[in-house]
Amino acid sequence: MTAWPICFGYIPIGLALGVLASQAGIPAWAVTMMSALVFAGSAQFICVAMLAAGASTGSIIFTTFAVNLRHFLMSSSLAVHLSGVRRLFLNFFAYGITDESFAVNMTRFRAGNWGRWQAITVNQLANLAWVVSTTCGALLGQFIPVGAFGTDYALTAMFLALLIFQLHDIIFIFTGLASLCIAVLWYLFIPGDSYIIGASISAATIGYFLKRYREKRR
Amino acid sequence: MTFVDYLFLFGGMGLVTYIPRWLPLFYLAHRKMPQWLIDWLSLIPVAILTALLAPILFTDQAARSLEIGKPELLVAIPTLIFALKSKSLGGTVLVGMGLYWLTGFMVS
Repeated sequence: MTAWPICFGYIPIGLALGVLASQAGIPAWAVTMMSALVFAGSAQFICVAMLAAGASTGSIIFTTFAVNLRHFLMSSSLAVHLSGVRRLFLNFFAYGITDESFAVNMTRFRAGNWGRWQAITVNQLANLAWVVSTTCGALLGQFIPVGAFGTDYALTAMFLALLIFQLHDIIFIFTGLASLCIAVLWYLFIPGDSYIIGASISAATIGYFLKRYREKRR
Repeated sequence: MTFVDYLFLFGGMGLVTYIPRWLPLFYLAHRKMPQWLIDWLSLIPVAILTALLAPILFTDQAARSLEIGKPELLVAIPTLIFALKSKSLGGTVLVGMGLYWLTGFMVS
């Protein structure tokens, strides 16, 4: 039952991704393969946009790495609740760590009444919903005109929602504003996609020192 | 692109996605990370998401120049408010898509 809100959330995003992929000329079987191998919503949207723009395989893989590096932190936090668990289980569990499954599992683990088998079930059900909905989107894509229903905005809206869910206190808001300014300037003056890593590392460092400064003044 | 091209691309993407998800679980399950690293890492998601959004909302991406007030930015405001109130990822995506679709009709 806990997995239900995640699955429901994945359906519109998955359909939108499938439609965009099919309109970018990616066949349905490739969309299924991508969802099964990668299982990362935002990176898959970026991949579709970059493929449509003719980007190289290397630059798509590097951007995927940069965008998904955030899961490193989520995995680190989950490790606290999975200490002493067999490594074989952890190998499978790691595959299903996404922004949404992390949010659900972390909340449940903190509440106390949650086990690793329930957690991995949430991960796997979410994965199934993702593969099925992206594939359906890809199959439907050829019947939907380009840009219809605002599919071009699906990724932006998803980023906006994930951003709002991340703003825990004022330090996070300042970090976001710093990243915004740095990213716009970096993007305007430096060609390529280095603004993603450049702005996020600089802004997180600024945010970290702001946090230290605030703690010292207390 | 051929089957092998796609397999290489998606296999590569899958690998670089899996490693950051797997490494901390595998090695840190019994160890404690330094507090400064935890604090710094906790700010990374906000910073990455804003960095990804910034050019979409504030620049003309074809000309790579500053542009304030494009439809993407105007639609972002009600979308952000909806996300804040509803806490729903799927709902926010649907609202954002719907509003953006509507602005398309108003502009043309």
